[in-house]
Amino acid sequence: MVALSHERLVSSADAPARRSSPPSFDALFRLASLASALLVLIVLLGIIGSMIYGGMPAFREFGLGFITSSVWNVNEDQYGAWVAIVGTLTTALIALVIGVPLSLGIAIFLTQLCPPWLKRPVATTIELLAAVPSIIYGMWGLFVFAPLFANYVQIPVSNIVEGMPIIGTILYARTPSGVGILTAGIILAIMIIPFIASIARDILDQIPSVLRESAYGIGCTTWEVVRNVLLPQAGVSIIGAVMLGLGRALGETMAVTFVVGNANRLSGSLFDPGSTIASRIANEFNEAIGLQLNALMALGCILFLVTFAVLVLARLLVSRVKVG
Amino acid sequence: MSTIALNTSSAVGKAAAGNAEAPVRIAVRNLNFYYGDFRSLKDINLDFYDRQVTALIGPSGCGKSTLLRTFNRIYSLYPEQRADGEILLDGQNVLSPSIDVNELRARVGMVFQKPTPFPMSIYDNIAFGIKLYEKLPKSELDGRVEEALRKAALWDEAKDKLRQSGMSLSGGQQQRLCIARTIAQRPEVILLDEPTSALDPISTGKIEELIEQLRSEFTIVIVTHNMQQAARISQFTAFMYLGELVEFGPTTKMFMNPAKKQTQDYITGRFG
Repeated sequence: MVALSHERLVSSADAPARRSSPPSFDALFRLASLASALLVLIVLLGIIGSMIYGGMPAFREFGLGFITSSVWNVNEDQYGAWVAIVGTLTTALIALVIGVPLSLGIAIFLTQLCPPWLKRPVATTIELLAAVPSIIYGMWGLFVFAPLFANYVQIPVSNIVEGMPIIGTILYARTPSGVGILTAGIILAIMIIPFIASIARDILDQIPSVLRESAYGIGCTTWEVVRNVLLPQAGVSIIGAVMLGLGRALGETMAVTFVVGNANRLSGSLFDPGSTIASRIANEFNEAIGLQLNALMALGCILFLVTFAVLVLARLLVSRVKVG
Repeated sequence: MSTIALNTSSAVGKAAAGNAEAPVRIAVRNLNFYYGDFRSLKDINLDFYDRQVTALIGPSGCGKSTLLRTFNRIYSLYPEQRADGEILLDGQNVLSPSIDVNELRARVGMVFQKPTPFPMSIYDNIAFGIKLYEKLPKSELDGRVEEALRKAALWDEAKDKLRQSGMSLSGGQQQRLCIARTIAQRPEVILLDEPTSALDPISTGKIEELIEQLRSEFTIVIVTHNMQQAARISQFTAFMYLGELVEFGPTTKMFMNPAKKQTQDYITGRFG
């Protein structure tokens, strides 16, 4: 006790000495942290503002036609975003259709079925997939995947479906080059899998094990437990995870530019080349001047709006679950 | 703790006396249980009588929940856990690899420490378990759901909101929903793992009344930390300590006149 009170005495004697730093320092510190927080906001607003400012001439020139027109002719200075918008949405949708079931499969395997010794290797591999730079995916997609895809998928499938109604259009390759909307969608799927899978895994891990046990406890098979109890329980959060993946698929540029084919053509076939908003911008920014530059800025605005809306929706869905 | 000891002795009188004449429903023979290398149950031999409530008591970590979790083999969800020995349910060894565990779990229902309603409506929470094993026409299914809710004393509170989520019920109601879900499958045995530990005294009282009523139909095994609860609702009590069965007998005898000093000490609150 004596030692303790002695220590306390010493520290209280020290205290006034430490307080001798000028009181204005605290205010300065507060100001500095406020400034760093505000800086992000200012930069963001600055980007949005300059995008809108840059895109305005194109919007003014073409009006609503900028969105609905599928003409993109640099020589005649006619610009419409429709092909790029459709391409962006289609590739992202394909990525989700392929990527979401695979991601959920991975997450379910890792949390429910995986023997403990295999857990770490699989989880690490998935995380490494997220660390691959997108340019690598683009190169691999163009030089390795696309030729294989042309030879072993596009040509055989086109031969089979040729002449069939609907499917004969959707899956027919006029020029089986391997690049195109579907190829871009597949590469995007590979890119978003690690994101969706790891978030879905965290969500499933958070479900109390007693709920899982009670589902098994009434005699459910693993499939019934996952299908009827775990996935509904995870419910909206899983949709949030999917939205985050969607946000990434919409904005991905480098890999898509490599494999999408970069054609401004609205085609009924998923095997045909097309473009996305991001790939169009990446392709033309270097040489763009005048109205073309404004049109690219306007494209950027549209992409920004779409991804922002998706992200906000994702946040809302994820946070709703946390509260409830 | 001494007040508990006083109350238990007066509470013992309320529970019906154990009927050792009843046939044996579950016979545990030389049961050992391992978490990895750790042996957490040691040569357990114990009989559970038909349509009687048997309470498993003992300090935390004594193995009473572990023992309960062997009866429906729920432990087998975890690869590092294993059991050897025999657990004979109506003469059939449930630990045998040839047993279909899903079917076993429909025969041996389980209710957990915390209410675990499934993310579906109140109606579906009960119908889901029935539909796993029986294909019934809608009208019959409705009847089974109502019957289960009535038996779980939840019908009056839930009948007007069967389509609402199971989560919309209070904690005590959710636990009764879980009991309803279990009895809807018409199991032979009901395992209760500290079913009232997360509930307030009023909900606890309702669950205890319910257990008393369910005894006429089901063989019930309950793990509890609450000595008074064991005394109130069980006909037989098993006292476990450090993975071993110390003493087993009719609840009245266990609480009034235990054979072992260890049992006496635990019941009167001298340790645990």
